[in-house]
Amino acid sequence: MKNQNRRDFLKTAGVLTAVSCLPINLVELAFADSRKNFTFAYISDSHIQQIEGSKFVRNWDRGLIRAVAETNLLDPKPDFVVFGGDLAQLGKKSELDHGAEMLAKLNYKTYCVMGEHDYYLDLGEYWSKLYGDHYYSFNHKGVHFIVLNSILTYDDWTYNRWPTAEQRMNEMAGLDNPNGSPFMVGEKQRQWLSKDLEKVSKDTPIVVFSHSPIQKIFKGWNFWTDDAEEVQALLQPFDDVTVIYGHVHQIQYNQIGNISFNAVMATAWPWPYPRSYAQNKDFVPKLTVPMNRANPFHERDATGWQLIDLDSGRVALRYNLYDNTNRTVAYNPLTGRPEDKDFQDKAKRIPSQEHY
Amino acid sequence: MRRIAITATVAIIVTGLMIVAMLRADEFTEKDQQRWQQEYMSVVAEGRELWVSPDLGTNGVACAQCHPNAANTHPETYPKFQQQLGRVVALRDMINWCLMNPLEGAPLDLDSREMVAIEAYVTYERRGVALAPGKH
Repeated sequence: MKNQNRRDFLKTAGVLTAVSCLPINLVELAFADSRKNFTFAYISDSHIQQIEGSKFVRNWDRGLIRAVAETNLLDPKPDFVVFGGDLAQLGKKSELDHGAEMLAKLNYKTYCVMGEHDYYLDLGEYWSKLYGDHYYSFNHKGVHFIVLNSILTYDDWTYNRWPTAEQRMNEMAGLDNPNGSPFMVGEKQRQWLSKDLEKVSKDTPIVVFSHSPIQKIFKGWNFWTDDAEEVQALLQPFDDVTVIYGHVHQIQYNQIGNISFNAVMATAWPWPYPRSYAQNKDFVPKLTVPMNRANPFHERDATGWQLIDLDSGRVALRYNLYDNTNRTVAYNPLTGRPEDKDFQDKAKRIPSQEHY
Repeated sequence: MRRIAITATVAIIVTGLMIVAMLRADEFTEKDQQRWQQEYMSVVAEGRELWVSPDLGTNGVACAQCHPNAANTHPETYPKFQQQLGRVVALRDMINWCLMNPLEGAPLDLDSREMVAIEAYVTYERRGVALAPGKH
């Protein structure tokens, strides 16, 4: 039955791709057993950046405004929206306020994830006033959702290393800055997670939202979580686990044991794949078919937001890319891993998916 | 006769000087090489500073925001046909395009110290990659 649902979904997804030029409210998802399925939208990495006073970088503003507007047009409506972190560029109150004002236009319940750009100025204090706890869990239609703050780092770096909070923020904000420090969930939060999971039965689908990947991809750009293995070990005993993360501004997906990993796009700008840095030997997971290469002359190219379908606890992630062909990465129960609906087969890939 | 002698003398002197000059050009030491490399690396460092600077454009956006370690700049492929500009351009033309668009700033003079520094940094990060002029 599960496989049948999947085939129906893939058929529907094909139709979705075909109508992607039409207004989004014409799209309707249909499933054999619709009771188990629901959708939510995922918006991430808006990097709202203040120039001065009430002036903000127009390019990044437009990315978020568009995501909110398009998400509000969804029909059927998603059950909720997740914002995946890095609402601000330098953690300033003015940036968080400006971003929050745009996010507040969403017509849905919105869950927020902490990003390093939101955190390292005041260690998440103002963000908390807007969005509450830095990590928490909730249940929705039989799925257990966990929100982690995965962008913490060593205490010594956070508390002792920098003369000012502004410098600390700037040092962490530079993706390729050698003065940065690896992200981690940390022991305190892992203990909380372990306790939180005690109440959950092993056959309950689990979906984790984090800002950094809970896997190790490329330390140089913090596509990395230092205690990834420890967090994964807590999640492995469950039958269906998915981790959805931001930070990387690109399509990534992977399967490690029972855990599927899916990255989301930024609304602000795309990032190169680690393989594009000639002095680096680390690559993204082999399974990943890269996003189509961005064309900088199209301002919104390779940015967008995601519509996520939870089909019997597994994720099908549709990338709504503003100036680029939409992509769908869905868990394939036959192979037990996430796969690109159109391009997983090497023979079907197109030249713009070659990154160098 | 005297004129020929003078001409011959001058020719001998010039040839001699040229030989000396050629010999000198060959006579550099490891120390010289180290100094030249240091000169180059100091310009690479200047380029890196510009790369991460929020002050290169007018909106606080830095090159490194989209291009960490200058990745996705492909210096080895230039000059190349840039379909959006409709002509073959040099890397520095694209650097100026980025300065004017995502950074909302003014273009640099093509022979300015800053432009050379940025190119030095971008190509340094790409060292070891084979030239692929024109590649897309």
